[in-house]
Amino acid sequence: MSVVSISGMTKTFPKGNVTALQEIDLEVEPGEFVSLIGPSGCGKSTLLRVIGDLIQPTSGTVEVNGKGAHQARLDHDYGIVFQDSVLFDWRTVTKNVALPLEMLGWDRAKRKQRVDEMLRLVELQGFGDHHPWQLSGGMQMRVAIARALAFEPPLLLMDEPFGALDEMTRERLNIELLQIWRRMESTVVFVTHSISEAVFLSTRVVVMSPRPGRIAGIVDIDLAQPRSADTREDPRFFEHVTAVRELLRSVGADDHGSVLAEEIT
Amino acid sequence: MAHAGHAAALRGQVPTRAFSRERVTAAAMRIGVVTAALLAFWGLWELYRFVWVETGWTWPFPVNDTTLPHVHTIFKAFADPSRVQGPLLISVLLRAALFTGKEALVGFLMGASLGFFIAVSLVHSRLMQRAFLPYIVASQTIPMLAVAPMVVVWLQAGWLSVAVIAAYLTFFPVAINTLRGLQSADPRAHELLRTYAASRWKVLWHLRVPASLPYLFSALKVSATASVVGAIIGELPSSIEGGLGGAILNFNQYYSLVPANLWATNLIAAALGIAFFLAVVVAEKLIVRRAPEHTA
Repeated sequence: MSVVSISGMTKTFPKGNVTALQEIDLEVEPGEFVSLIGPSGCGKSTLLRVIGDLIQPTSGTVEVNGKGAHQARLDHDYGIVFQDSVLFDWRTVTKNVALPLEMLGWDRAKRKQRVDEMLRLVELQGFGDHHPWQLSGGMQMRVAIARALAFEPPLLLMDEPFGALDEMTRERLNIELLQIWRRMESTVVFVTHSISEAVFLSTRVVVMSPRPGRIAGIVDIDLAQPRSADTREDPRFFEHVTAVRELLRSVGADDHGSVLAEEIT
Repeated sequence: MAHAGHAAALRGQVPTRAFSRERVTAAAMRIGVVTAALLAFWGLWELYRFVWVETGWTWPFPVNDTTLPHVHTIFKAFADPSRVQGPLLISVLLRAALFTGKEALVGFLMGASLGFFIAVSLVHSRLMQRAFLPYIVASQTIPMLAVAPMVVVWLQAGWLSVAVIAAYLTFFPVAINTLRGLQSADPRAHELLRTYAASRWKVLWHLRVPASLPYLFSALKVSATASVVGAIIGELPSSIEGGLGGAILNFNQYYSLVPANLWATNLIAAALGIAFFLAVVVAEKLIVRRAPEHTA
């Protein structure tokens, strides 16, 4: 059974009658790491929000874990990480990670045990009593990831989570995220505008085209697992980067520059 | 949830709040600054007196022992009998301050609770806000002097009616600021709670209320002093004599004979207001845990 199953999904915003997404079909299988990439305005964040039932599609069907997206949200079938960590600054790190567990009504002992596990997982043991503003941006993002995974949702949605971080922190967190993904055996849908990040992380990269947002093509990334810093120097890594870039260029992404400009390095 | 073991493990790394050397130094500095400011104010007062008395200037008013008593005369008045054969002024005033303080405290608590309740009941509905906010604002345009007699008629003259009058001044800033604070949370934080399918009450308790606390405490600081003023003014139409309002009215009548008594009463009233304010500041320090940019 697919973790995410989207068919014939269209989303129009009534304001200005904008078609954000048109006729989207996408299946995400358990254990996959799927990235959505495309120029700004291609609707990749909108697609993520539709999967999370934070906005409703105009037509078509969206299923998560074999049920409607709305029911999946009510059943806590996914965790989400936004571009900003969105930590509650009146809560300590421990209590931030425990937030979804409190919402789910876990008892105190169970919460504490799970939070300790999660902080070990993101290597923040010893920071549990700190407040978010006492942490660096990268550490805050790790707290957000720990919070999203604390209740072991079958699906993790990530909306440009590392977009605001510097390159070095981002690359380190990419490797950590892959380790977490393997250990938790979770399924990830990841929005990014960085080609190298998408190729490095993903088992499949979904390239989207703008106005209206459509899936232009899907690139399978069959680089060996587990991936490491060496993966980025593998010639096959560059082949995949080139393949994704070609696809982006064919949909006119270089007109917008935003995707390609930062990828020239 | 307190993770006792975890907290204990960390205590070695984080300097404990109470005993760090910087905090003690900062506290000493603050006391020094306040003392210096008080001495400077005393000096200016006496200098002004001296210059105006020596030169005989009459603008804006002639200065003499009645219009502007010596500071030491005012402080000495505390130790004098309040009337012939009567108790010392300081004990009369402290008793009055306790009396007024009780009215103000009860009024403050009633007003703050009412203001908070109004904010919480209005936050979920724009329609309710549009319907009720104009009346809440209008309530504050009615002068206290017009409201107080009605409250006295309804509740009988007594400390409770005074507390209600104090509450009338208190609830408004709390309602308006808390309403704003309850709406101040990051929209993505609301989105996050939606992904947890959190109920409206959970959103209120876990997000809106914590986000509103800096706003609430700004309002409470305003309300704390307003409740003292409200209690003092509220005592006047009720003809309550045991409080500071009664004392002010009383010493007002004898001003030309013993001006220092009224000045002394004002000092005590000011001290009561400051005590209320400081109590809110201390409560804020204990309760609000926000990033530095969110705290005053």
